[in-house]
Amino acid sequence: MTEDIENTLKIKNGQAVSLSKIPVLEYQEFYALVLDLLQTEDVHCVNYYAFPHNDNLRFICCLADDRTQDIYLLSHIMTTGRGLLKLESLTKYIGTLHIFEREIWENFGIEFEGHPWLKPVRFPHNRYNGNLKVNDYPFYKIESDELHEVGVGPIHAGVIEPGHFRFTCNGEMVLHLEIQLGWQHRGVEHLLLEKPKLLQRTVLAESIAGDTTIGHTLAFAQVMEGLSGISVNSRLDAERTIALELERIAVHTGDISALCTDVAYQLGTAVFGALRTPLINYTQTWCGNRFGKGLIRTGGSHYSLTDELVQELRNLLDDFEWRFKEMADKAYSLVSVENRFDDIGIVTNRQAKLIGTVGMAARMSGVKRDIRHSHPFASFSDIPYVPVMLEKGDVYARYYLRRLEIEESINYIRKVLDEKSCFLSEALLPVPETNLNLSPVSISVSMVEGWRGEICHCAVTDEQGKIMHYKVKDPSMHNWKALELSLRDLEISDFPINNKSYNLSYCGHDL
Amino acid sequence: MIKETQILTHHGRQYIPDLTEACVPAPFRGRPVISSAEIDVKALMELCPTGAISKNPVSIHLGRCLFCGECELAFPEKIRFTNDHIMATNDSKKLVVREGEEGRILLDPDMIREEIKRVFNRSLKLRQISAAGDNSCELELGACGNPNFDMGRFGLEFVASPRHADGIVITGPISENMAEAVQICNAAVPSPKIVVLCGVDAISGGIFTGSRALNREFLQEVHIDLYVPGNPPHPLTFINGILELTRVKHLIQ
Repeated sequence: MTEDIENTLKIKNGQAVSLSKIPVLEYQEFYALVLDLLQTEDVHCVNYYAFPHNDNLRFICCLADDRTQDIYLLSHIMTTGRGLLKLESLTKYIGTLHIFEREIWENFGIEFEGHPWLKPVRFPHNRYNGNLKVNDYPFYKIESDELHEVGVGPIHAGVIEPGHFRFTCNGEMVLHLEIQLGWQHRGVEHLLLEKPKLLQRTVLAESIAGDTTIGHTLAFAQVMEGLSGISVNSRLDAERTIALELERIAVHTGDISALCTDVAYQLGTAVFGALRTPLINYTQTWCGNRFGKGLIRTGGSHYSLTDELVQELRNLLDDFEWRFKEMADKAYSLVSVENRFDDIGIVTNRQAKLIGTVGMAARMSGVKRDIRHSHPFASFSDIPYVPVMLEKGDVYARYYLRRLEIEESINYIRKVLDEKSCFLSEALLPVPETNLNLSPVSISVSMVEGWRGEICHCAVTDEQGKIMHYKVKDPSMHNWKALELSLRDLEISDFPINNKSYNLSYCGHDL
Repeated sequence: MIKETQILTHHGRQYIPDLTEACVPAPFRGRPVISSAEIDVKALMELCPTGAISKNPVSIHLGRCLFCGECELAFPEKIRFTNDHIMATNDSKKLVVREGEEGRILLDPDMIREEIKRVFNRSLKLRQISAAGDNSCELELGACGNPNFDMGRFGLEFVASPRHADGIVITGPISENMAEAVQICNAAVPSPKIVVLCGVDAISGGIFTGSRALNREFLQEVHIDLYVPGNPPHPLTFINGILELTRVKHLIQ
């Protein structure tokens, strides 16, 4: 394998390199190398995509090695002439790549031979086959007089985003669930190129998924900083880290509340719901918006975490901690709640590896995927973070993991506040950049562990230093499959608790 | 039981007693005010990511404004975002804040259809449609029913089916892929009904304006009863807008 690695380009999280440094391989070579590198569990694919480049199609594959903190970049160029374009599918051997190959097929019409089923991913406006409409999704069907199908969505009963769920049921039991997405497609990746100003692009990044504003905007800012050679001081790093962890605590708390709702535990619903409010209100006190819109900017920040804000944050965490513990001690020991969550919706360790879950959806099944630990960014490079791991992969694991991660994030924020001398000194927070000089013909890869899991943004620049291609990957791209698997052999009435236990993003997936 | 009571006691009363008088503390960015200071207007207009700022006189269109606050940061002597969250209106012309205007943005009572106050005065059930919303508007609408804001006290509620609803609340810029679903959902709501656009994306397309992935034709076909600006709108902006639209004043308290 060591020889193979020489055929790739090694970079670190957030780094930018010249595009020409990535070895361009023949597809056979590319194919063999990807297969070889992905043999070990410590390496996983964080992004694999194609974009038009000089009348050709350029493929970029980013593989992250958790042992060495390296990202291997591999490339392949395909001449797009006339006729049907075919490539051998990697999904045949590495299931986790299924979604990336589907996406390339949907965008450019490349047939991946041997792919189990090339299905549309999100029906983007610029899809290769414009005749295929969002209502034409080819669902998996089982023909039998005994079975029936239940279709739900795109509009759901709650105040949530749209998606279509198709259950194939035998009585009350779900044999198979398939989720069709794409309803939320707004053309984010294209707009990131078409809107020329940095501020426009930043607010677009904030809107990729409004519940992960900090996560996605941080990934965007890191890409821009990489491409323009800006290094960030430790104070800015610390403030970003705190914002990211606050987002995690707030969303997890809200999700625990929602899980309580779905099992009719009203005290939990009300108290956890009320506990989330001061957290997002603190973000508003910090930057004027409850979701942190406006807070993360390339190269700097408009909203300094002043001494008063630091003190307020410490008080908030102290108050939150005991209130949360008091409620959680009750909610996590209640037999009636445990009984509804335990053993429900299991995704085994083997399944999780097969479909390549990331973030919480991986850690619930004993798969160690946490960018904060494996490819540290911001303060995580200086203050190590140890991921919280569970084994069972059921609803209870996802419910419990949220509690553990909240506790861990509180501790981590305290560590950042304590250990970061930057808060004691008068270290200045730089002013955000308004205009960037991006290095030409370069690529940058940035990863952030959002509350759902790894967010990966990649940008490529042209000869003039303009962004030529921008790729966004939300963790939900991988994790929707886990929800589908969770539902197998469950009663259809268990769907809501499973769905809530993941709380995946529709708009992050659909872009 | 003792434990539960203890928890309840520790949390005390979470609800905001009077939602119509409640204040959102600064630095919340609510209704902007524009001074008459002389500045480089071209640079100001150039700065705005959604082109919400116009000149002669200098004005901000709240249906396009992302409330990112960048204009205030660059030209503090010209633009100031107040913490006034009362911004919802039924008159799209009122969404434009001009130089020197300090007044609150309210609804035009004459434009409210007669049947709205008659039918929805004491109860209003709404069906929310996320049409490519980014989930921040959806979360804030969800928060409207939480223990703090508790809009249920006014008989305001989001319901699971359009058949049970008195109107729809649209969030998001309306993607091509959701266009048909929005039509179907609205058609399923029995009349009389209202249509509310919640958030900058729904009102104008926001930062997604110009995207080829959108289809906003539906908005040409219906009468919009309420515009709720914000990115996302604060729960208080939404609740107060709905109350203004449907309630006879003395019944609010």
